[in-house]
Amino acid sequence: MSTETFAAPDGGSKQPPAWKWLTGAGLALAAWGLVYSQLIPASEWLVSRLPVDRASHLGDALAFFFYDTPKVILLLTLIVFAMGVVRSYFSPEKTRALLAGKREGAGNVMAAGLGVLTPFCSCSAVPLFIGFVSAGIPLGVTFSFLIAAPMVNEVALGLLFSLIGWKVALTYLAFGLGVAIVAGWVIGRLKLEGWLQDWVKDIQAGAAVVVPDGRLTFVDRIQLGIEAVKDIVGRVWIWIIAGIAAGALIHGYVPADLMVRIMGADAWWSVPAAVLIGIPMYTNAAGVIPIVEALLTKGAALGTTLAFMMSVIALSLPEMIILRKVLTVRLIAVFVGVVGTGILAVGFLFNVLFQTP
Amino acid sequence: MKDVKVLGPGCKRCETTVTMVKDAATRLGIDVKVEKVTDYAEIARFGIASTPGIVVDGKVVHAGGLPKEDALEKWLQA
Repeated sequence: MSTETFAAPDGGSKQPPAWKWLTGAGLALAAWGLVYSQLIPASEWLVSRLPVDRASHLGDALAFFFYDTPKVILLLTLIVFAMGVVRSYFSPEKTRALLAGKREGAGNVMAAGLGVLTPFCSCSAVPLFIGFVSAGIPLGVTFSFLIAAPMVNEVALGLLFSLIGWKVALTYLAFGLGVAIVAGWVIGRLKLEGWLQDWVKDIQAGAAVVVPDGRLTFVDRIQLGIEAVKDIVGRVWIWIIAGIAAGALIHGYVPADLMVRIMGADAWWSVPAAVLIGIPMYTNAAGVIPIVEALLTKGAALGTTLAFMMSVIALSLPEMIILRKVLTVRLIAVFVGVVGTGILAVGFLFNVLFQTP
Repeated sequence: MKDVKVLGPGCKRCETTVTMVKDAATRLGIDVKVEKVTDYAEIARFGIASTPGIVVDGKVVHAGGLPKEDALEKWLQA
């Protein structure tokens, strides 16, 4: 409560010195590795203690659940932490300054990339949209950002990586960015600036400001990473458990030929159906991806499942309701149409490329 | 008397920020008038692109995410 401590600049007396943080981070990483390496024996031991036959459907489902849940949460924690540290170098205001004055084309590519790196929460979508458009960033470039930001996020990538593998994660990253770039570019070409809500058009935006971040220290960035873990992993763990439980049931009980018929590569209509079903669904990536993984092992086609995932994440009803404040219904319809078409294209392309006989 | 505005459409973080500002002011014994700005057009006038934002005596000091406790105290004391 003494007033003197307030006068101290950032990183003053309240924080332990940097070396303690570094040692702490190193120790945490070592502990992480140790726990991770023990997951398979631990999960097998756990199942063996239960009155369940290991070779039965139930035993299989349980082993899957006990191994995958901690594995996914551990990997996700590491990825979210790293992303939190990386994101401390970016802010929507800095991104806006980078994008202002960029032309379409290069601007779309940059906006999609920055959409992945810039910290963004969907409750900020409207201020961000107005802030971008009023700073002279073209509508299409703004859309590239707004499509990429939720679609290519660390939770989706982390889960894809830990459950399905790095190839699919990388593919999702590349094609997620691709859809954001192309869809934004198309929306820009259509010249729909007149379809914004009237009050947005004649908004008297103040001069764009970039708030100085007060020279964040390395320790500050580590703390931001920890905060990201608390915030994001704290929010999604329950979805992950629910998703993996559902996935475990699918693993144990759903017959494979059923999935091949409904979601296999030969059923061409399954791609548009997956996109349509995905729109009203609003579970975050955390709940969907474990289910997607299980569907894949049961013979669902990769393109169909990717399309489903992208649709769930990128075309969400709640986000459209938020954007309704700044966009007219016509513009939202174009947005859904263009992004949906992009996702369809990705779905069909993958079903052709990765077709397994 | 400090004039503090918290800019944000009313999400949870914005509410938390308002509480943080009030708590910090009480702790420091500083008189503040805290005003919540929820209107999007009004928020846009301050030139930020992420919320919650904090404006102290007409100057934007923070945008996006919860403020840091010690930074908040510095802004109120300045």
